[in-house]
Amino acid sequence: MPSVQTEHDFERGVQVLGQQIDARIAAYFTSCVHCGLCAEACLFYTETGDPCYTPIYKVEPMRRLWQREHTFWGKMGKAMGWGSDLTGEDFAAWQEMTYDSCTLCGRCSMVCPVGNDISYMIRKQREAFAAAGYTPEGLQGASTRALEIGSPMGLTLKALNAQIRHVERNTGLKIPLDKQGADYMALLSSMEIINFPEYIESLARIFHAAGLSWTISTKAFEATNSGVQIGDSNIARELLSRVVDAAEGLGVKYVISPECGHAYMAIRWDGPNLIGRKYGFEVVHILELLDELRRDGRLRTEGLESARLTYHDPCQIARRGGVLEQPRNLLRMVSPDYPEMGDHARMNWCCGGGGGVSAIEETEELRIQVFNRKKRQLEAIGVETLVTGCANCRIVIEEGLEHYEMDVSVIGLTELLAEHLKPQSQTT
Amino acid sequence: MFLEFVQGPLWYVSATVFVLGVSIRLWEVLSKGLKPDLSTPRADGTGGALRTIVSRSWTAEGFSRGATFHLIAGYMFHLGLFLLLFWAAPHVVFIEERILGFGWTPAPHWLFIVAADLAFAGLILLWLRRVLHPVMRRISTFDDHAGAILTFLVMFTGCMALLKGHDSLRAIHMLTVEMLMIYFPFSRLMHAFTFALSRGYTGAAMARKGVQA
Repeated sequence: MPSVQTEHDFERGVQVLGQQIDARIAAYFTSCVHCGLCAEACLFYTETGDPCYTPIYKVEPMRRLWQREHTFWGKMGKAMGWGSDLTGEDFAAWQEMTYDSCTLCGRCSMVCPVGNDISYMIRKQREAFAAAGYTPEGLQGASTRALEIGSPMGLTLKALNAQIRHVERNTGLKIPLDKQGADYMALLSSMEIINFPEYIESLARIFHAAGLSWTISTKAFEATNSGVQIGDSNIARELLSRVVDAAEGLGVKYVISPECGHAYMAIRWDGPNLIGRKYGFEVVHILELLDELRRDGRLRTEGLESARLTYHDPCQIARRGGVLEQPRNLLRMVSPDYPEMGDHARMNWCCGGGGGVSAIEETEELRIQVFNRKKRQLEAIGVETLVTGCANCRIVIEEGLEHYEMDVSVIGLTELLAEHLKPQSQTT
Repeated sequence: MFLEFVQGPLWYVSATVFVLGVSIRLWEVLSKGLKPDLSTPRADGTGGALRTIVSRSWTAEGFSRGATFHLIAGYMFHLGLFLLLFWAAPHVVFIEERILGFGWTPAPHWLFIVAADLAFAGLILLWLRRVLHPVMRRISTFDDHAGAILTFLVMFTGCMALLKGHDSLRAIHMLTVEMLMIYFPFSRLMHAFTFALSRGYTGAAMARKGVQA
């Protein structure tokens, strides 16, 4: 089993950094004209005014290595003894820019005139920093707990079982565990299990009403992947393999990614590349599945929301994941004319806590500062309720709302739909 | 004598360095390769790549706020330079006689003046932003300034050569062009070619996920 690199090993980091330079990275650095437009797309820059938070500047260590090892002038300069190589001090100086002030939201990648996917570049740089042990303690701890206990929050199967018993009491429904041959295997995030168990209850009620064959694996119920966040592919692969093995062992047709942004990125898009093969099942995000059920007439709601509400797009689900229209279709079932925030869908603004940032204790002040962007967005349209599709966004937003004493409630979309679920006697 | 040198041997040397250098740089990028993406795509990546190569010429929806100065200056410079490079009368003649063997109708003089004004103003504004804006100061390197200054010299000597119609001024313009051509492959000016690759890679990756980049 892989382990988290906690001791500094700069030489290893430089080696891994060099291995990250593929054709995309080389094209991106060759094309970058240092126009600085990416800064205007990054909430860490717009809300602080600190030029160090310019996205392309965050990958300066990787640019310097590329220039020195992969360009004519760089190679010549090195041969002549000009310039300087990267040092451990560079890694130490850029650790904060690589982790604390980047949520991998990818908004910068949408505005670069030469098309650079800077989020991809930072994700690659994290591989080197993780290999070198230049990572925040918060992410080191989360990754270690995920590897050793099975959950970044240290949550065990016992805790899940306890929540399931509550859910079963509340709903009168049996939560199917380890059901061989079920169609769907639902994954959960620790955040949902501990902070928002209403999500599990909502799944139970909606799936029961839709007549869905589903299960939860006791061997692999955790969807989040700290390996992706810290940038260690070995850890990410190990965590993902547990899910893949469980799903293929149960023979399910689909695995449901929960209301968690980076979990979806990890299992839907990164996963097959991490394990080096296609899955024996399909991955579907819960909001994709609910929209399918809506289309098929298997998800029916009643009543409309009286509160003025809007939808916050989790970056990894929307801009980086492609689930853009489904949540809107679903939300219109209970609030047909809901207003959108000024920048939304593929151009949404991050909550400020994605990409592992919320797991880094030292970022709290910065997170609160950059939440100002979301605050202004919400104030501009004046809503009472914010609906989202990511438990991490939800907790980060709730913290921000609390800090700024804003009277806005936050709810997950699945939970909101479950509240309006048409009783089964009326659906048949 | 000087004119003959810059139009003769130095032209061939600089053209060779330019063509070979650009080719090698492109090979350097492409030869690094990409691992195949094993995730199941929502849509074809090729279409997304082609779409993004074109669509990134315009700003993302709603993004112009806060970037207006740069966007306007950027469009002015690139549009003006493009017109000057391919439609200025002396360039059309040069392309016909020295490169392609055929030409096209050049831009009228008034359009040349407009294009030159746009290119000069855009380049100066972009450079001023580079030296004045805190973000630009933080991220700019020697190469960014060198490319801008060389481009300015090429445009400036080009206008001088045109206005005065003197051989020595034309020779100086040719010399600056050749300096730029030799510098080009080793600099960020390569974005004139690699922008299609970087836009294409991102467009393809995002299209597979069902997102229009």
